[in-house]
Amino acid sequence: MAQPITETHGSDLRRRFEKSKFQGLVWAIARTLLLLGMAFIIVSPLLVKISGSFMSLEDVYDSSVGWIPRRPTLEHYRVVFQFMNYPRSLLLTTLLVTAVSLLQVISCTFIGYGLARYDFPFKGLVFGCVLFTLVVPPQLLLVPLYINFRYFGAFGMGPGVNLLNTPLPFLLMAGTGTGIKNGLFIYIMRQYFKGMPRSLEEAAHVDGAGPFRTFFSIMLPAAQAPLLVIFVLSFAWQWNDYFYTTTIFQAKNDLLVHRYLGVVQDYMLAFREEHGFDAPFEMSTMILNTASLYYIVPLLALFGFLQGRFIAGIERTGLVG
Amino acid sequence: MDTRRALTGIVFVLPFVIGFIAFFLYPFILSLMFSFSDVSVGASGYELTSVGLENYESALLVHESYVRTLTETVQSMLANVPAILIFSLFVAVLLNQPFRGRGVARVVFFLPVIFNCGAVLLIENYDFLTNTLTGGSAASPGSEIVTSLFYGLKLPQGVLGYIMNAVRAVPDIIKASGIQILVFLAGLQSVPESLYEASAIEGATGWETFWKVTFPIISPLIPTMIVYTVIDSFTAPNNRMMELIQNTAFRGMGYGVSSAMAWIYFVVIAAILAFVVWLVSKWVFYQE
Repeated sequence: MAQPITETHGSDLRRRFEKSKFQGLVWAIARTLLLLGMAFIIVSPLLVKISGSFMSLEDVYDSSVGWIPRRPTLEHYRVVFQFMNYPRSLLLTTLLVTAVSLLQVISCTFIGYGLARYDFPFKGLVFGCVLFTLVVPPQLLLVPLYINFRYFGAFGMGPGVNLLNTPLPFLLMAGTGTGIKNGLFIYIMRQYFKGMPRSLEEAAHVDGAGPFRTFFSIMLPAAQAPLLVIFVLSFAWQWNDYFYTTTIFQAKNDLLVHRYLGVVQDYMLAFREEHGFDAPFEMSTMILNTASLYYIVPLLALFGFLQGRFIAGIERTGLVG
Repeated sequence: MDTRRALTGIVFVLPFVIGFIAFFLYPFILSLMFSFSDVSVGASGYELTSVGLENYESALLVHESYVRTLTETVQSMLANVPAILIFSLFVAVLLNQPFRGRGVARVVFFLPVIFNCGAVLLIENYDFLTNTLTGGSAASPGSEIVTSLFYGLKLPQGVLGYIMNAVRAVPDIIKASGIQILVFLAGLQSVPESLYEASAIEGATGWETFWKVTFPIISPLIPTMIVYTVIDSFTAPNNRMMELIQNTAFRGMGYGVSSAMAWIYFVVIAAILAFVVWLVSKWVFYQE
C-alpha cells in the first residue's frame, strides 16, 4: 500500500526539481542577455571612439564601412598629439590632479575622523555644513569664487592678490575639504571611522601616543579600503572637471582639458592658414573624437589598475551603515 | 564633555571650518549680494551697485531661454530620478546573484562614473560620429523593439508615455546609475543569509522574498540615494543649466544676472529636495 504513494511523491519531487532547473536555466540566459545588452550600451561610446579614431576620411564618407575601418590610418593620432601638446599637457594635468586629490584624501579623512570620534561644541552644525556643501549647485558659487580668487584676501576692499591661472585655488580648496564633492568624501570617512572599534585607539593611548600620532600611524593605515575609494573618485572627478578648471585657468590653456576643448578650433585655424580653405566638417569630428580618447585613456588605465581593490573597497566603506 | 578632547576635535575639523567660511560661506553670501546688484569689475577690485530685483526680472522675463531651460531641467530630473533608482536596484539584484563574470560586470557598470562625466559627456551630445555609427537613434540600439512591445500591452496613455520616454532615455539612465548600483549592491550583501534560508523553508517565492525580506532591509538607503541622484542630475555637466549660467556670467548679461539665475535654480532644487525627503521618509522602514 505504501509503495505507490512514495513513488508518486518521488516523481512529483523529481518533476518539481526538473522544472526549477529548467526555470533556472531560462533565467540565467535572460540575465546574461540583459547584462550583455546593458554592458554594450555602456561600452559602445568607447568602442565608437576607438573605431572612429583609426578611420580615414574616405572610410567616414563610405557608407559600406561599419565598425571596422577599411583604410586604417594613424594620422588622427599624430595630428591630435601635436595639437594637444600631449606630453606637456598630460604631465601638467597629472601633477595638478594628483596633488589635488591626495590633498583632498588627507584633509577629508582628517575632518571625517574628527567628526566621528570627538565631541565638541557645535559638532552637529559643522556636520550640517558638510552636508550643505553637497546640496548647493556649483553654478551658484562659480562667479563669487572667481572674483574671490581674482582679488584674493581683499574682501571687496582693495586689489588683493590675483590667484587666477595658478594651481593655488585648487590646492587651497582641496586642503580644506571644500573641493569638488568633498562633502561626500568627509561623509564616507566619518561613517567608516564610526564603524571601527575603539580598542585600537585605546591601545595607542595606553602606549602613550597622542591623538595626531594615533591618527597618522594607526587610523590612516587601518582605513586603506575607503581611502582608496575616495582617492579614485576624487581623481576621476578632478580629472573630468572642466567647470572650475576652465574658470580658474581662463588665461592659460596648458592643461589637458583646455587642449581637448580647444583642439578643433586650433586645428581648423591651422588648416585654414595652410590651405586657404576650411577643413571638411567630418574632419573636425574625427579630431575631437581622437582627442577625447587621449583625454580619458590615462584615467581608464588608472581605474583598470585599481578596479579590483576599488570595488571591494566600496563594499567595505560603511556607506551602508 | 572633556575639554582637552573637545579641543583636539576642534583641531581636526578646523581646516574644514576655515575652508567653509573662506571658500563656501563667503562666496555664498557674495553671490546673494551679486544677485541684487550690478557688478562691475576693474583692476583694483569690483564694485556693487544695488539694483533691487532687476536681475531676477532680467532672468525670468527678459532672457530668451532661461525659463524654458529651467522647466526642462526640472522635468527631465523628475522623470529620470525614479527610473534611475528602479533601474539601479534591479541591476544590483542581478549583480548580487552568483554567476561567472560577475566581477567584470560590476566594473563595466561602474565605468560611466569614471569616463562618462565632465568634459567627455559635455561634447558627446554633439558628436556626429557617434550618431552615424549607431544609426542616429540616440545611441539606443533596439529601442524600437521595446517600444512596439509596450504598445502591444494596451497600457493607459500616461503610463505608456512615461515608459516610452524612459526607453528613449535608457543610455542616460544606465550611465547615471554607477554609484547607486554599487551602494545598493553593498546593501544587498549586508542582508543576513539566515533570513533567506528562513523564507525558503517557509516556501516563499523569489518575488515574495524580495518584497518581504530584501526590500525592507535596504529601504533605509533609498532616501540617501534619492537625494544623491537628484543632486547629481542637477549638477551634471550635460545639464544645460550649468552651461547657461556660466555663459551668462562670462559672455552674456553679466555676473549679476548670472547670480540671480543660479539663486532661482538653487531655491527650486532645495524646495524639490525638501519635498522628496519629507515624502520618502514617511514610508521607509527603519530597522532601529
